[in-house]
Amino acid sequence: MSELTLKDYATEQEVRWCPGCGDYAILKTIQKFLPTLGIPKEQSVFISGIGCSSRFPYYMNTYGFHTIHGRAPSIATGVKLANPELDVWVITGDGDGLSIGGNHMLHVLRRNVNLNILLFNNEIYGLTKGQYSPTSQVGLRTPSSPDGSVDNPLSPCTFALGAGARFIARSIDTEMKHLTSVLSNAHAHQGSSFVEILQNCPIYNDGIFDRVKDKKTASENRLILQNGRAMLFGEDGTKGLRLNLESLSLEVVTIGEGGVVLSDIVIHNERNKTLAHMLMELDLSIFPTPLGVIYHNPINPYDDQVYAQRIKVRETKEKVDMNALLRSGHTWTVEKG
Amino acid sequence: MSVVEKINSDAGLDNERSTIVVRFAGDSGDGMQLTGNNFTNASAIYGNDLATFPDYPAEIRAPAGAKFGVSAFQICFGSDEVTTAGDEVDVLVVMNPAALITNLDLLITGGLIIVDIDAFTAKNLKRAGYENNPLETDELDAYRVLPISITKQVLDTVKPFGLSHKFAVRCKNMWTLGLTLWLFDRSRELIISGLRTKFSNNSEIADANIAAVNAGHAFGETAELPSGIEVYKILPASVPAGLYRNITGTEALAYGVIAGGQLSNLPIFFASYPITPASGLLHALSNQKNFDVITFQAEDEIAAVCAALGASFAGSLGVTSSSGPGIALKSEAISLAIATELPLLVVNTQRGGPSTGLPTKTEQSDLNQSLFGRHGDSSLPVVSASSALDCFEVAIEAIRIATKYRTPVILLSDGYMANASEPWKVPNFDEIKPFPVQHETEVEGFTPAKRDPDTLARVWAKPGTKGLEHRIGGIEKDANTGDISYEPANHQLMTNIRKQKIDGISRDIPSQEISLGESRGKLVVLGWGSTFGAIHQAVKRARQEGLEVSHIHIRHIWPMPENLNTLLAGFERVLMPEMNTGQLVKVIRSTFLIDALSLSKVSGQPFKIQEISDAIYSCLEEVK
Repeated sequence: MSELTLKDYATEQEVRWCPGCGDYAILKTIQKFLPTLGIPKEQSVFISGIGCSSRFPYYMNTYGFHTIHGRAPSIATGVKLANPELDVWVITGDGDGLSIGGNHMLHVLRRNVNLNILLFNNEIYGLTKGQYSPTSQVGLRTPSSPDGSVDNPLSPCTFALGAGARFIARSIDTEMKHLTSVLSNAHAHQGSSFVEILQNCPIYNDGIFDRVKDKKTASENRLILQNGRAMLFGEDGTKGLRLNLESLSLEVVTIGEGGVVLSDIVIHNERNKTLAHMLMELDLSIFPTPLGVIYHNPINPYDDQVYAQRIKVRETKEKVDMNALLRSGHTWTVEKG
Repeated sequence: MSVVEKINSDAGLDNERSTIVVRFAGDSGDGMQLTGNNFTNASAIYGNDLATFPDYPAEIRAPAGAKFGVSAFQICFGSDEVTTAGDEVDVLVVMNPAALITNLDLLITGGLIIVDIDAFTAKNLKRAGYENNPLETDELDAYRVLPISITKQVLDTVKPFGLSHKFAVRCKNMWTLGLTLWLFDRSRELIISGLRTKFSNNSEIADANIAAVNAGHAFGETAELPSGIEVYKILPASVPAGLYRNITGTEALAYGVIAGGQLSNLPIFFASYPITPASGLLHALSNQKNFDVITFQAEDEIAAVCAALGASFAGSLGVTSSSGPGIALKSEAISLAIATELPLLVVNTQRGGPSTGLPTKTEQSDLNQSLFGRHGDSSLPVVSASSALDCFEVAIEAIRIATKYRTPVILLSDGYMANASEPWKVPNFDEIKPFPVQHETEVEGFTPAKRDPDTLARVWAKPGTKGLEHRIGGIEKDANTGDISYEPANHQLMTNIRKQKIDGISRDIPSQEISLGESRGKLVVLGWGSTFGAIHQAVKRARQEGLEVSHIHIRHIWPMPENLNTLLAGFERVLMPEMNTGQLVKVIRSTFLIDALSLSKVSGQPFKIQEISDAIYSCLEEVK
């Protein structure tokens, strides 16, 4: 068999996202990434809910299920439990995954079902024409919030951490190289992998991530996390994050200023849940946006445990067939009618 | 005169009965369900036909002595055919004043009351609403009362076993069981061995309970009881030869689901969220990991149905289960199953509604919901079990339809049949015809829109199959390619196909049979669900009186059997008892344009035979 390429993963369906939508870039990255996994195409399944991002499965030439609003994690749980051999991806958005489907997202993460969950966060409802979403910033004016939204937004990564997710990462729609590296780590993780992808909606919420996406400002506003490496950023890489022991919080410092040396900078440790929480909760008006694997601390996935329990029961319990089951418990015989 | 009295006087013998009804009632912590179940097993092994009705409150442990905390278990057993738990009670066992005041109405005049006088304290009497102790007034003069100091007897009996007062008092139910076993001449053997198994880790509790059973029995044998209270002679029923067991509707349904999986050659994926009275099915299936069954307790009703549907997409048979309020939450996903044409079994164990309603009581009021409670034109097959035993066959039939036609199927049970138990002549599984499902493997010419020309079932290609990668979803799809389509003509076509597919199932289900009586006549009583037993007895009695009445009971509620229209046309009147305000009757009226009459009951209690008999008489009056 010749090796699979991007073309093998493209479908003949006409892609129906708006011109300039960040989803195009994500699609391309994933179509390019999947062939590198060496997994037969028929083993991959893409499951989505409802929303712009949820059109995704139609454009992947794998198995796919475009389901109903918010329920992709539940459908995917059923798929994975029915056939744990499958490589199952959940594609969702900020509205689908955190508003109508927030409960399912919470439970799929705490159960740690072995799924790759990609949440395209554009901080807006696109498909229903631009209402504010659970990740929209306060004050955002939309058709349903003409005077500015008064809803406090939630951080998808903090939500995932609180739910008990064991792999949490963040990347950017148009950064193919970084996104590929995050996807690669997410895919290698056994259990629920939660990836927030900052995705631009050019129609209803254009430019909200320019701060981290714009080449001119990006280096000042991105903190590229690497496990075991110091948290450095800035054009010349001299800015960094230091732990302020008095306030027990992170602060931005510059090496060489005020006696700051490299050893003062916090080393990223993706197993450290406290650090992960600090990174997720940074005030982005002051701090750079952390990107990459923020938290990774694997435990045995749910589906493995379900099957392990079944094997154990089968080893210890007496095996019975259907007729024996029907005759289990107290029975009696009537000799003649 | 009650039925039993009538039969009794007909027989001309004092304590020899063809059928008898016993009701055990006490606090929800008194263990009356356990007493009833044990007595049921003993009667079944003795060879009686029987039907039971566990009637328990929603409260797990209500305050002691409270009226709303009374839990009762009723059993009708006898040498005759028994199909209901009985209209009226012949022997009432009450453990406290609240049990007496809430159940006395059911007792026939001259019936026997066995009562624990130790529970008739001033506090308990007041809580039950008695101003005076009814055991000391003339209030119970119409009945025969057997007052026993049960609590004291029990405490004396179990003293040597060193139990705490709390555990010692709990042996009351076993003492009472022992006494009733004596009263009806039932064997203690099975119960004693059952207690040994149940308390195998705690021999003191086992010994104490066994001593209580024996002491209750000995009390009956040795105590000087008032005249007229002696052992009843209830002869075994004449039933077909074979191996029997007792089974509840929930157990029968669980076995039917496992059997359906084997017959279809599909793994079962069962996903559910706890709800009364449907949770029993989740418990039963969770304990069957030896079979090809995966169970999943989801975070909510929606997740349960969605996980089941996901499993069906992956090639298993997804099954989900709930009661009315939970089914409402599942309805969007059921419509997705209709749109994607995947098999799915949805079990609804109905309870009193709307909303939380009467969670532990029975009703048939989710029929409209099953037929019509979804968005869009979303027809699906609905089948209904008619008794605890019937749940086994109906589950298999529902799975056959779901897998053959690639459609969600709703199976209606209810709280009454889910909890009621009946003796079951265990079928030979090898004699049930299998219906193995083949998933698609043919790559040549594959599209996800491919259909079987006869059944119109859509192709079922499961992920993991090479060359059949495809996408499905809730958006309307092109009838030929399966790609997304918003074409007006295509939506018309797809809607028609979906409807035709379901309608066509009527050609693939058994012709409607007559349960009892002739195929023509003055009156037919047309029923569905757990009203079967009461209708059957009422029609049987009417026929014994020479009345021209038949009984038809529908299993396939949608689509209906093709011959049903013709059958109904053979009767001058159609009477439809339902435990709702008349739901199926409207479907029958509109489908067949006939003037069917509704007999409605929504008290949370099953129909009494007499209620249906009365309706039969009044219908026949009109026909004259």
